[in-house]
Amino acid sequence: MNLRRDVFQAIADPTRRAILLLLATQSMSAGAIAANFDTARPTVSKHLQILTECELLKQKQNGREVIYQLNPSKVKEVADWAEQFRQLWDERFNKLEDIMKKYI
Amino acid sequence: MERKTKIHAEENKQEIIITRDFDLPLNLLFRAYLEPEIVEQWMGTKVIKLENKKQGGWHFETTDPMGNVHVFSGVIHDIIKNSTIVRTFQMENTPFEPQLEFLDFEPVSDSKSKLNMHIIYRSVALRDQMLALPFAQGINMAHNRLQSIVEKLN
Repeated sequence: MNLRRDVFQAIADPTRRAILLLLATQSMSAGAIAANFDTARPTVSKHLQILTECELLKQKQNGREVIYQLNPSKVKEVADWAEQFRQLWDERFNKLEDIMKKYI
Repeated sequence: MERKTKIHAEENKQEIIITRDFDLPLNLLFRAYLEPEIVEQWMGTKVIKLENKKQGGWHFETTDPMGNVHVFSGVIHDIIKNSTIVRTFQMENTPFEPQLEFLDFEPVSDSKSKLNMHIIYRSVALRDQMLALPFAQGINMAHNRLQSIVEKLN
């Protein structure tokens, strides 16, 4: 099985990307996640299952509820968060350098 | 080509270290942090207040393409010319808590300088969220772009 291809297929779906975005700033239960979509609850559950199987999400038991959270190391592998953070600062500093060169 | 801006973010640590080499003399690099009209240009923000002194406050505002105003503010804890800025940073009206920033400016030669920015967050989780923010915003922007394209098709 090509796990890497599966991860990319997982994030190719817009609903699954929206789920990742939702979970980027907080952990949520399946019910709370489903409440954000018009899609039927079983469909959202299927998306959560796919994201969990390819390790983009982690499950945590909280009483009777299952809480979903991002698995940062796996998401980073695909989207490389740190790289986008780096690029944001790189662009700012490039601008700073260009502006200040006029004063040399 | 070697990358000029480097990010160091170890797993399970509540800090990020950003380093950058500049083809600028030290005094010009430091000046880019002092003058409001210069800060506005490279940070892409509006400078409402920037008090470059111990216990001085700072307050920036940006307006996104949707017209939402975002407020950033903090306190300058210490400032030593051509050497150091210690300050807090907070995005107001968000769940994110303030962070502590140590900015160290160093000369490399007469025409080159270096910045070391050490950011400390309250928790590892918060650090990871801040690191993920440009990624989340990227998805959001892609989503908004998609939406505006779809709206034009209707």
